[in-house]
Amino acid sequence: MTTPMGAGRQVTPDRRQASRMTASEAELKGLMTAGLDGDSAAHRMLLDRLSGYLRGYYKTRLARIARDASEAEDLVQEVLLAVHTRRHTYHPDELFTPWVYAIARYKLIDHLRRTRASLKEVPIDDVGELMAHDDHVEVESAYDLHRLLRQLPDRMRCAIQCVKLDGLSVTEAAAQCGTSESAVKVNIQRGLRALAAVIAREKRT
Amino acid sequence: MKTDDLISMLGANVERVDRRQFVRTLSSAVVVGAIVALGAMLFTFGIRADLDEAGALTSLFLKLAFTMGILVPASVYLIRLSRPGGERKTSIALMALPFIAIMLLAAISLSSAPSSHWNKMITGDQWLECLLSIPTIAIVPFAVIIWAVRRTAPTDLVRTGALVGLIAGAVSATGYALHCIDDSLPFIALWYGGTIALCSFAGAKLGPWLLRW
Repeated sequence: MTTPMGAGRQVTPDRRQASRMTASEAELKGLMTAGLDGDSAAHRMLLDRLSGYLRGYYKTRLARIARDASEAEDLVQEVLLAVHTRRHTYHPDELFTPWVYAIARYKLIDHLRRTRASLKEVPIDDVGELMAHDDHVEVESAYDLHRLLRQLPDRMRCAIQCVKLDGLSVTEAAAQCGTSESAVKVNIQRGLRALAAVIAREKRT
Repeated sequence: MKTDDLISMLGANVERVDRRQFVRTLSSAVVVGAIVALGAMLFTFGIRADLDEAGALTSLFLKLAFTMGILVPASVYLIRLSRPGGERKTSIALMALPFIAIMLLAAISLSSAPSSHWNKMITGDQWLECLLSIPTIAIVPFAVIIWAVRRTAPTDLVRTGALVGLIAGAVSATGYALHCIDDSLPFIALWYGGTIALCSFAGAKLGPWLLRW
């Protein structure tokens, strides 16, 4: 989103939104690149910040087409899962916000399609709207993590349970699951992708 | 599930991401697809026997220029479209250029030949073999590249699928060119261009179904 040159000296709402976006862009991008380098705290903070923006975005989108706002939390979680499992598709030379927005919009359209809504309902918007509302009023999503985990193959479930839920190191998890350390890492990656796939499959039915 | 719980799970023990992994996965899929296509072609048909003749070599180079002219830009575009929002920065309309070029060359070649030769120039000796071989041999490269793209995050599945089909078709046609002895430009335009376009069309139709994430 660009502010046209010479659009007036006074600070218009448009310009305020633009400057807020620049600030969050720089901050979020910093968190993202730190996370890509293996900084867990930065990655967690990124997902937390994104959850607020995504919740605001989906709540307004869904309300506009008279959909239940509780679906928003499902979508927030799907996008967070996608941002995490597909973070290697972000190129650090590019802007970060359009990358997240593309994922958020893709998931919105996919959601409406899966739940058999008419695509005429898909609102027209742009990347600016993603950052328009920061909403931290959280409800629980319809997904039950432990029930979802039970649908994964044992080796993936064990790796995720140890490293991601119990906070063990990869070395400890390898001993616990009886595999190598590299297998644990691969199983976490595959397991989280499989988790997203299970969610998608449940939505279709 | 609470979103906070999901965030603590995803944010626990985060691994470093290899920045080059993305491009490497996609390009190695294209290379593997190409090797499979070439291997299948050499195994079933073998290389054309008349390669010591100058005319045959020129035609082979022309065919390879056409398929490479599709393969190289399509691979670059695929890498762009495999990132979320990539379709906003890239127009794949340029991919029509190699097809337009070969059709122009074919038209010039036809107009400079007597019309009694047209039939032979267009259908060649092996049009049916060409029509069947290129799409068939494209199947395995197509599957390999789709597998790799499923690990990325394209947000325009129709265009991404079309590109995968285009690459698979071009890779397959490259292999077929080593065997094929029909050298007229109208033949290349119609049967090479047509089958590659067909692969791309199939990819566009299958994309939303195979690449969904």
